[in-house]
Amino acid sequence: MTSALKRLEAQDPALGKLRHFSGANAETPFLANSDTKLHRKLCASLEEAIQRSGLKDGMTISFHHAFREGDKVVNKVVDTLARLGFKNLTLASSSLLNCHDPLVEHIKNGVITQIYSSGMRGKLAEAVSNGLMERPVQIHSHGGRVHLLQTGELKIDVAFLGVSCCDEFGNANGSRGKLNCGSLGYAKVDAQFARQVVLLTEEVVDFPNPSVSISQDRVDWIVKLDEVGDSSKISVGAARVTNNPRELLIARHAADVIEYSGYFNDGFSMQTGSGASSTAATRFLEERMTRKGIKASFALGGITGGIADLHKKGLIKTVVDVQSFDGDAAESLRTSSSHLEISANEYANPTSKAAYVDRVNVVILSALEIDLDFNVNVITGSDGVMRGASGGHCDVAAAADLTIIVAPLVRSRLPTVVRRVTTLLTPGESVDVLVTDHGIAVNPKRPEVEQRLRDAHLPVTTIDELHQQAVALTGEPEPLEFTERIVGIVRYRDGSVIDVVRQVRN
Amino acid sequence: MKLRRSMLFVPGDNAAMLSTSFVYKPDSIMFDLEDAVSPREKDSARLMVYQALQHPAYRDIETVVRINGVDTEFWQKDLEAAIRGGVDIVRLPKTENAQEIHELEAHVARIEKGCERPVGDTKLMAAIESASGVVNAVAIASASPRMVAIAMAGFDYLVDMHTRRSDGWEPELFYARASVLHAARAAHIDAFDVVYGNVNDDEGFLREVKIAKQLGFNGKSLIHPKQIELLHKAYAPSEEEVNHAKRVLAAAEEAHRKGLGVVSLDGKMIDPPVIDEAQMTLQMAAAA
Amino acid sequence: MKVIKEAIAGTLESSDLLVKVAPSHKGTREIVIRSEVIKQFGKQIRHAVTDTLDKLSVSDGSIVIEDKGALDCVIRARVQAAVLRACGSQELDWGRLS
Repeated sequence: MTSALKRLEAQDPALGKLRHFSGANAETPFLANSDTKLHRKLCASLEEAIQRSGLKDGMTISFHHAFREGDKVVNKVVDTLARLGFKNLTLASSSLLNCHDPLVEHIKNGVITQIYSSGMRGKLAEAVSNGLMERPVQIHSHGGRVHLLQTGELKIDVAFLGVSCCDEFGNANGSRGKLNCGSLGYAKVDAQFARQVVLLTEEVVDFPNPSVSISQDRVDWIVKLDEVGDSSKISVGAARVTNNPRELLIARHAADVIEYSGYFNDGFSMQTGSGASSTAATRFLEERMTRKGIKASFALGGITGGIADLHKKGLIKTVVDVQSFDGDAAESLRTSSSHLEISANEYANPTSKAAYVDRVNVVILSALEIDLDFNVNVITGSDGVMRGASGGHCDVAAAADLTIIVAPLVRSRLPTVVRRVTTLLTPGESVDVLVTDHGIAVNPKRPEVEQRLRDAHLPVTTIDELHQQAVALTGEPEPLEFTERIVGIVRYRDGSVIDVVRQVRN
Repeated sequence: MKLRRSMLFVPGDNAAMLSTSFVYKPDSIMFDLEDAVSPREKDSARLMVYQALQHPAYRDIETVVRINGVDTEFWQKDLEAAIRGGVDIVRLPKTENAQEIHELEAHVARIEKGCERPVGDTKLMAAIESASGVVNAVAIASASPRMVAIAMAGFDYLVDMHTRRSDGWEPELFYARASVLHAARAAHIDAFDVVYGNVNDDEGFLREVKIAKQLGFNGKSLIHPKQIELLHKAYAPSEEEVNHAKRVLAAAEEAHRKGLGVVSLDGKMIDPPVIDEAQMTLQMAAAA
Repeated sequence: MKVIKEAIAGTLESSDLLVKVAPSHKGTREIVIRSEVIKQFGKQIRHAVTDTLDKLSVSDGSIVIEDKGALDCVIRARVQAAVLRACGSQELDWGRLS
């Protein structure tokens, strides 16, 4: 048959590059025996999976944060990598939480030398803010992370993805095992972009897994672990409506703002955060929706049990879920045919072909600080130390029709409304309304919204007035002192640098 | 006319609450030095309330201080702190008879002179918490020109009466409520209904508010800020009532313009109390 | 006023502060402040404390403040309470407190 190739080449030189057939299983030798055919992906240990993935020093590893404070994957994997002597790795996790404090040691020992994350908290954040890392951390939004993967700035060599259950070919989901996190929205993206994908699970189920969030065609290795996460720490946000009067006051005003904003019509779409005021606002909205006979076409998020409840009651037609904040949301994902699981790309990537955030009418978000130009900081506390995450904040704020920020005017002695934010994440042009316990301020570029709220006799004032009230209560804070050294780079959703975090001066 | 629908209790020793309670905008805010504060902390709470009273954030809200009873060692020092701090009203708990009001009044005047506050500036209110208080309510309510309100306090009263709350139609509070109300109306002062302790039961709270409103109480003592909004909504006049009030006031306007001594609307005579009520209706509608 | 014994006032609850006053053995006034907002409001907290002590004529003693984000009016009240307890004082000279 070599003559056929010679013939092809003679006819067209480009065709000479084709290879000659050399056996049915030349490229798939694993099909030769039943054991490798069926079980080749299963690794006896995490060490084996690491070895088979071909991970080397200097490469990039990734994780997702759907297990939130209950996550055990990051620590387990990095501990193992440290023990195996790996160095200089870039860690790209969709977010990092308080439970990831152990990373501090690994950074000190040179195992991890670069971090990409939506945010960080606790001792890790404190250490980084105080100059722990040589290279600044890259802080991105949920949508922005996908964009970085698409442009190739972030290249994942090996993704270590915790899942609730998977079959031995790697068909996995996050909602039908014993340890559930609900939507695998962030993990889906890593599975798509990573060179090698390792699934970590407590349960390997019979093939084929009937519910597939991550498909076998993206999975290389599977490791069964005793513990992938702590189910008692997965849920975030309030399980029931708060009794805290301040949070209730703010929530009620937020619901009022939505009701009179001009966007509260049958078929409207919404998104809320997981904070106490957001959860309570969902309840107050329910009242108004029932009273006025208004149903939402969809709710996007970050899905809480409160949203799942409205869905069950028929007040929200479709739930679009990139992260399930609690067990009720995960349960709804499992049982409702109109509770959809989407990837972070579908959720918020500005350069995907379509992002769900583009269709949101009203969104309720929180803030650590908001300044006189309505710029928002959710990254650093007023002491300059990182304590939050970019998340989907700037993604949905940019796209939604009406972006509402809820926050108490003052947190103990810390003003929320400041002259200028310590760190800029979401630009003021994306923010429309601020709702505090002292009153409501509307961005001057939305005069029609302000008029509607005033006509409804809501307590509307100006952001300057709110700032003055805050300062009257707390006094004017001393400006923070930073060194010249940059410890964090805040990337806007399109990859551009919108701000930097400097090292705090002590 | 001062609206007195909501009187929010704030424990005098609680820094967080003292620092934030003004955002809820109740009609009156009551700093408590009595039951909310342990005996060992009375001195510290007194100073907290003294400072809070002078805070600009409380300038626009009517302030009340519940001092300790006249049978305690604390009440006179409480008065010093409250009056010097600029409180609007002093609330005397467990008021048994008019004599206690007279005793209180004398000390208030003394302290006002001592701190150069106009004598008579500080107002008083009495809380009725026992059978004696109920039967002496009329005398108590009219015991002093400084008296502006009388409040029914349910818990201690029911203990004194050897019964408890039934949470429903509540015959056990009927006589006390009626007595206190009549005393208030005879003395032309305001009347407050009892505290509703179960903050998780909005329905129960509203049921009680309905009774109080129907009986004629000006307002209610509240222990949780979320009760304020519920109460104000329940007390808000209906659209019909508001329209009628507007017409009454328009008629009064017109009669005044024409120099007529008698106001009439729809062929009926309108007495001055009806005009006052119409003004109160519009005030409540605006404040709802 | 003379500090004659150790005393405490306040709590470690959010928006409050714990004030410990004790006699000084050196005849000096020493103020130690620990606060979650020391960077932003350290100066103001110190001013509120020293002003309150000055008005009460407390010229020596050891004062330790553990602040949890309290507003100035709360700081003044707690310092006053601790000082009065530490001076074993029953009667207040109200003129000194504003």
